[in-house]
Amino acid sequence: MLILKMKFKNMRINPVFIVVLLFFSGSTQQDGDDILKKVENNISSENRVFESTMTIYGNRSSRIITSRTYAVGDQKSYTEYLSPAREQGTKMLKLENQLWIYSPSTDRIIQISGHMLRQSVMGSDLSYEDMMDDRKLTEVYSSRIVGHEEIDGRDTWILELTAKVTDVAYYSRKMWIDSGRYIPLREELYARSGQLLKSTSLSGVEKIGQRWFPTNILYKDMLKKGAGTEFNITSIKFNQEIPEYIFTKAALKQ
Amino acid sequence: MIEFLFKGLIRDGSRSRLPLLVVIIGVALTILLHAYITGLMGETIEMNARFSNGHLKVMTKAYAENITQIPNDLALVDVNELLDVLNQNYDGIDWSPRIHFGGLIDVPDEEGETKSQGPAVGMGIDLLTPGSAELQRLNLTKSLVRGKLPASRGEALLGEGFSVKLRVDPGDHVTLIGSTMDGSMSFYNFLVSGTVSFGQEALDGGSIIADIEDVRYALNMENAAGEIVGFQKGGLYDNELALREAEKFKSIPTDDSGDFAPVMKSLSQQGNMGFYVNMSKVWSTYISLVFVIAMSLVLWNAGLLGGLRRYGEIGVRLAMGEEKGHVYRTMIYESAMIGIAGSILGTLIGLFFAWLIQKYGIDISGLMKGSSILFPAVLRAKITAADFYIGFIPGLVSTVTGTLLSGIGIYKRQTATLFKELDA
Repeated sequence: MLILKMKFKNMRINPVFIVVLLFFSGSTQQDGDDILKKVENNISSENRVFESTMTIYGNRSSRIITSRTYAVGDQKSYTEYLSPAREQGTKMLKLENQLWIYSPSTDRIIQISGHMLRQSVMGSDLSYEDMMDDRKLTEVYSSRIVGHEEIDGRDTWILELTAKVTDVAYYSRKMWIDSGRYIPLREELYARSGQLLKSTSLSGVEKIGQRWFPTNILYKDMLKKGAGTEFNITSIKFNQEIPEYIFTKAALKQ
Repeated sequence: MIEFLFKGLIRDGSRSRLPLLVVIIGVALTILLHAYITGLMGETIEMNARFSNGHLKVMTKAYAENITQIPNDLALVDVNELLDVLNQNYDGIDWSPRIHFGGLIDVPDEEGETKSQGPAVGMGIDLLTPGSAELQRLNLTKSLVRGKLPASRGEALLGEGFSVKLRVDPGDHVTLIGSTMDGSMSFYNFLVSGTVSFGQEALDGGSIIADIEDVRYALNMENAAGEIVGFQKGGLYDNELALREAEKFKSIPTDDSGDFAPVMKSLSQQGNMGFYVNMSKVWSTYISLVFVIAMSLVLWNAGLLGGLRRYGEIGVRLAMGEEKGHVYRTMIYESAMIGIAGSILGTLIGLFFAWLIQKYGIDISGLMKGSSILFPAVLRAKITAADFYIGFIPGLVSTVTGTLLSGIGIYKRQTATLFKELDA
């Protein structure tokens, strides 16, 4: 301790301050991460099968697209679009960090990579890149609690997340986490410059089994005009028996 | 007297041959350069008009504001109805809907996997309607390198350089990966019917041209178009007329309002073309003027020298009792005759060479290899009404002016010193 004091004395730093800083920063980091882990417990699952409608509010009109998705963890997912007629039969397969689309009109399986990932999914405010990044938030971001706010009668923690890896679409995020149910009710996604890129609002939170799950999500691309994209889960089941063949390229053409 | 002077010029080649030759060459060069500059500037404007701007263009207000991004989500809708309105109100304009788009061309192998892929700039135009002017406008028939023009739905043309890069031949299938009007990814198969070369690297290296109905289906743009281009039936772009026509459109009522209201712009009101149209007019005038002045100085000098060269002859004529004014007038008449003859012959020669360059052009496509700017590969002259008289400015006016100035010296000659000069 004496040596430490002497060293720090030479550097003109109060050792007590550092200890306090380490202690509190560590505990803040832990609190933020702790909350995020509980959120992930709610949102993530071993596998899930769900049907959804996506209402895309465009410049001139709205479109509703229905789909069915099979997902295993955050590594595999298979989505088939059911309606409208133009989209019917289009399928997407995600395996780890690769994404393929099958187009029935061309009978082709095309891998989506590179800049194509920035294209919007079916014209929505969501991009393929958004869909691809299913990593746990705690793996990608460091977090801290910056305040509290009430949303729709629910008390929320406000978390600020900053990327701790470089290969991330959104450098920072702000999340409003329902303190009772550990579900995000609102989220803002920012670029490194601080520009707000996307915002999401989550509602329709339901208890499904042991978890809380939002069944209604409104995505808004803040760089586009328009009212955004509303994603509504019409049915969801967790931990189902999903045949492995579904997550193959051959299944896309069936 | 005129006849006497004319006979004198014919019989005495030393007084007429050289001055006549100088005037002919000067006038021919003046006309040739003027026609060349007019053609060069005009051809660049027409090329941009045919491929991109039209003489007039109708699009939505929002599309016009973001045109560099080819925002098909802001395209015109109910295009057939709009075309009816345009045809009713604009007799002298040919209207054609077009869709510009970007995307990827994906070439499958035997397994259906991607063999090659490349970014493409596409154009959907009316290729299949019998009598469509778009084929001729884009000179597609003459630009065809391999294969044939699309004859049915589902066929497309690729730029020759693009097809080589992708290792695609006529008869192969390719898939267009693009964006629909509502922003979702689209896939559409085309059969490559042929390849084209416009002599422009920018076009040949990455273009796909297909019938507009195929593009409408691919991009979910039924009865829609990014733009409707209009071409003046006179053929060449008339800026004043186009501006009046664009102004007239503001008074035509339409169903849409706000960002999706249709607007009409003349070629000169689009992007940098306004600057280019004005600049080409100014440049054409300035370059021609500079050359006319330069040739005028040359021919003025020739006139001066002609007068000075005949110093001795004039002295003899004055000594023989000819009136100074009479000598002066005869010199002016002679130079006028040389000027007129030289101007006429020079004009004919200049027009002939200008016509050759207008008809056959100067092929600079070899110099344009690797260029990404839209510039004519074949430079052509353009003969206009001005070419029939512009040669007379240096040819006649300057020659006579030179003689007028050199002849002033006649009035300073003293009769008393004439014989001394003769002795010398």
